[in-house]
Amino acid sequence: MAHLPYIQDVTLRDGMHAIRHQYGKDKVKAIALALDKAGVDAIEIAHGDGLAGGSFNYGFGKHTDWDWLAGIKEELKHAKLTTLILPGIATIHDLKKARDLGVESVRVATHCTEADISPQHIDAAKKLGMDVGGFLMMAHMNKPSKLAEQAKIMEDAGADCVYVTDSAGALMMDGVIDRIKAFRDILKDETEIGIHCHHNLSLGVANTIVAMQHGANRMDASLAGMGAGAGNCPLEVLIAVLNKMGVKTNSDLYQLMDLADDVIRPLQTRPVRVDRETLSLGYAGVYSSFLLHAERAADKYGLDTRAILQELGNRNMVGGQEDMIVDVALDMKNLSQ
Amino acid sequence: MNKTKVAIIGPGNIGTDLMIKIMRLSDTLEMSVMVGIDPNSDGLARAERMGIATCHQGIDGLIAMDEWSDITIVFDATSAKAHHYNWNKIKAFPSKRIIDLTPAAIGPYVVPPVNLKDHLNASNMNMVTCGGQATIPIVAAVNQITNVHYGEIVASIASKSAGPGTRANIDEFTETTAQAIEQVGGATRGKAIIVLNPAEPPLVMRDTVFTLSEQADREAIRASIHKMVAEVQQYVPGYELHQEVQFDDIPEDQPVFIEGLGQCHGLKTTVLLKVKGAGHYLPEYAGNLDIMTSAARRTAEALVKDVTL
Repeated sequence: MAHLPYIQDVTLRDGMHAIRHQYGKDKVKAIALALDKAGVDAIEIAHGDGLAGGSFNYGFGKHTDWDWLAGIKEELKHAKLTTLILPGIATIHDLKKARDLGVESVRVATHCTEADISPQHIDAAKKLGMDVGGFLMMAHMNKPSKLAEQAKIMEDAGADCVYVTDSAGALMMDGVIDRIKAFRDILKDETEIGIHCHHNLSLGVANTIVAMQHGANRMDASLAGMGAGAGNCPLEVLIAVLNKMGVKTNSDLYQLMDLADDVIRPLQTRPVRVDRETLSLGYAGVYSSFLLHAERAADKYGLDTRAILQELGNRNMVGGQEDMIVDVALDMKNLSQ
Repeated sequence: MNKTKVAIIGPGNIGTDLMIKIMRLSDTLEMSVMVGIDPNSDGLARAERMGIATCHQGIDGLIAMDEWSDITIVFDATSAKAHHYNWNKIKAFPSKRIIDLTPAAIGPYVVPPVNLKDHLNASNMNMVTCGGQATIPIVAAVNQITNVHYGEIVASIASKSAGPGTRANIDEFTETTAQAIEQVGGATRGKAIIVLNPAEPPLVMRDTVFTLSEQADREAIRASIHKMVAEVQQYVPGYELHQEVQFDDIPEDQPVFIEGLGQCHGLKTTVLLKVKGAGHYLPEYAGNLDIMTSAARRTAEALVKDVTL
């Protein structure tokens, strides 16, 4: 590998899903600075659904993205300040606001077959002088060669890196390897490859490691796995494994362990772990962010969360269609009456 | 009765579907010329096969045609950028009316059951977006009963029904729709989200509307929404409420934080819609196409004869 693995923390973006986007801004700043001190390479901050994600559909945040992002860049010593944007939710106008707050890197996220809605945003981010990652979500829903064609669209638009994004935590190791290899076959040598996992089948760390072994250089992880569904690849575990493998990183394991247990776990109102609901996400191949919305709908309409998640999977719902959770719940309730 | 002659600029998905609707359904409009810029395009070839005069030199070519003098209404189904060019040419002919199906929004936003009657004299009328046509009537229906602070819409469309123009300019969808939720729907603040779903077979267009309003009589809101749905169904038969209207309290001690508005409480109304297309050009999943072209046809027909609005 040409350079050290690039570890991007997503505790303050994907982790938003786990607490309904309710981090206080002081907490965000304290966690970001602690992550910086512990040596992670990039820190992503935004609503769980990216900039401007605050909505009835995805949940309103405790603060705006701008309040969460402000005043952090100035105090970071090592890590890049990064964010995420979904075309269809946020606009280039939002991207510029983030840039003005010191954000220097952005992931532009689309469903794994819809990369051609991203070039406008990738191009705008490059013109703003930002590092850009293309983020192909629900990667298990597209076969490796087709996913690589989508990655190529993002590379052609100017992306510096393209990610295999296993939003449903549904990929197994072979599935990750095949996709990373397909990317390496088709992308330019200088384009980096990234991996973003969810832990729904308990494979978050294993999938991240095999991705690295087949050419991924950028790895996403979060403290105590803080993220949607059963969470992301747990950062402290990933660093421990990389240490044992003799793979050098900039990160300090013990600081990350302390942050995970002392700072992050106490914030979790619903434990972030593999349990019957989150396992069902990975098993059915459903967008991990649907979890809390499905649990709320199950509670409100007297239904089983797993049954709702399974039905969402049957209907091929993709990331962003949270409105269809209540729709599915109402259909199921009407059917049972 | 002599029909009013119309031209369509832009022989893509929207222009072609609109052409078919006018030819098959309209008692008052007659398709005169289909205008494109590529002599080899599928859309122009299709129009020719259907017996329609075509022109591949854009608006300048159309103005040079013999048919031009008899054409009263021009539909623009190109792009926002092309519309600015086309409008600059057409406005030199004050007797022509233009119905703009791009997000350029030079003229007022028009959503037929809400504000068409206010803009019958406008020379350039803008049709917002497909998601706007499907959802803004509902925001307006709630706003007729109680003050809507915030209107949010989610449009889910089949990937196959989103053409390259839509894909390359997705910000125009979110921004234009959000503005029209405010200006036409009457919400203090609007937000729009669009999601493309690639499922096979393609899924029928879905639209969800959320409003946050002052507390009001829920039955009155429900009745207003049902009445509005019936009005849209007059020109889009496949438009329907997929579920009964849902209400939730947002209590004052558990407010939501909405950017631009601050801490808000009140009544949340959720309306889950389904828009099945008529299957004229694309199959019935493409309700997004149908609602846009049907709104444009409805608007043009209102210009040429008195329809009850």
